[in-house]
Amino acid sequence: MTPPVARPTQTVTVSRRQLWQESAGIAVSAVGFGFVYGLAARGAGFSLIEAMAMSLIVFAGAAEFAAVGYVVAGLAWPGVIVLTALLNARHLLYSAALAPWLKDRPVAERAAMAHVLTDEAFALSIAHFRRIGRPDRRGYWIAAIAATFIPWNLATLAGVTLGGQIADPSRLGLDVVFPAAMAGLCVGLITGRREVVAAAVGATVAVLVSLAVGTGVGIVAGGVIGPLAGMLVPRGAAHEEAPIGTGASAEHYSMPAVPHTAFEQADRADGPRTGDRPGPDEPMGPAS
Amino acid sequence: MTTNLVLLAVLMGAVTYPSRALPLLAPGIERLPRWALDYLQLVGPAVLAALAAVSVMVVTTEDQPAFHVGVEWLAVLASIALMWWRHNLFYGLAAAVLLVAVARYLGWA
Repeated sequence: MTPPVARPTQTVTVSRRQLWQESAGIAVSAVGFGFVYGLAARGAGFSLIEAMAMSLIVFAGAAEFAAVGYVVAGLAWPGVIVLTALLNARHLLYSAALAPWLKDRPVAERAAMAHVLTDEAFALSIAHFRRIGRPDRRGYWIAAIAATFIPWNLATLAGVTLGGQIADPSRLGLDVVFPAAMAGLCVGLITGRREVVAAAVGATVAVLVSLAVGTGVGIVAGGVIGPLAGMLVPRGAAHEEAPIGTGASAEHYSMPAVPHTAFEQADRADGPRTGDRPGPDEPMGPAS
Repeated sequence: MTTNLVLLAVLMGAVTYPSRALPLLAPGIERLPRWALDYLQLVGPAVLAALAAVSVMVVTTEDQPAFHVGVEWLAVLASIALMWWRHNLFYGLAAAVLLVAVARYLGWA
């Protein structure tokens, strides 16, 4: 399969206007989700500095939420770190997909771009690049900073701060925000039968091991064994809708309830394809 | 104000950054075997499902984990259903919170 060829369909000005519109939708989502993360972190006993350190340094929504659960469960730090690395490994493929577009930027700038590379930044920026047929550094920063980094961090700050004003969060049902968010995010990651099996086995193993040994061990066991069970589903029966690293997978991995326009464009920018998406190891870059 | 978890955040950031940066800084390094890619794709659903399930099904009192059945199960199921149906996490969270708040107000939970 040959890599997609980028053909410009919009001018930079028009495409940036669309990028801003899509970024506004993403920003609203990031604000809501970041606020909920702040509340959950506060509820788990994180101080403002600790919650903000997570959002500023890790800057990965699902991993931050998961960290709240790990800490509550008393999981040892090495376990937290290993699970975080596994959970965030999908960024490897987003980075690979963007690499051909950004290869001419200075190393220091690419290093900075990497820190703010999220599912949303990937989807917004690669769709923008494809619309204009070339990279646009300002477009990347709009997608990464204006759409996600700033809203997410401000919302985290608000969530932790305002969460402290609520005397009894459990009376308002706020203690259920964390498991409900984890379950909802899990649904957002499901793109085929393998994920369903991995999630079901992961949950079952986690509960059983937690009851037998303790919650910290249980979560690690579920997180490690669940994917192995998912891999037992034959590839032909997996019904995979969104191979990782594609625009479609960015949609699934993104904060839910964001406009789908950018994600759809990321997948169809090369014109109609007969069901063949670029594989996980095929960068979606410009024609060389 | 505690700062113990700041170091954890730094370590989490340290293991996250290479995934984001290596292909951008050293193109080609991301070419992992297919089985590794498959495994990594499944880690997210498994970990998040494990966290959700343990959060609502296991309670620990006096260092003894015990199976728990409660209205929180319904709240999580509502979140899953709404996420599946509407692709909107906030609807799911709102429904979950509302369900639990009402149940506790009425003394059902």
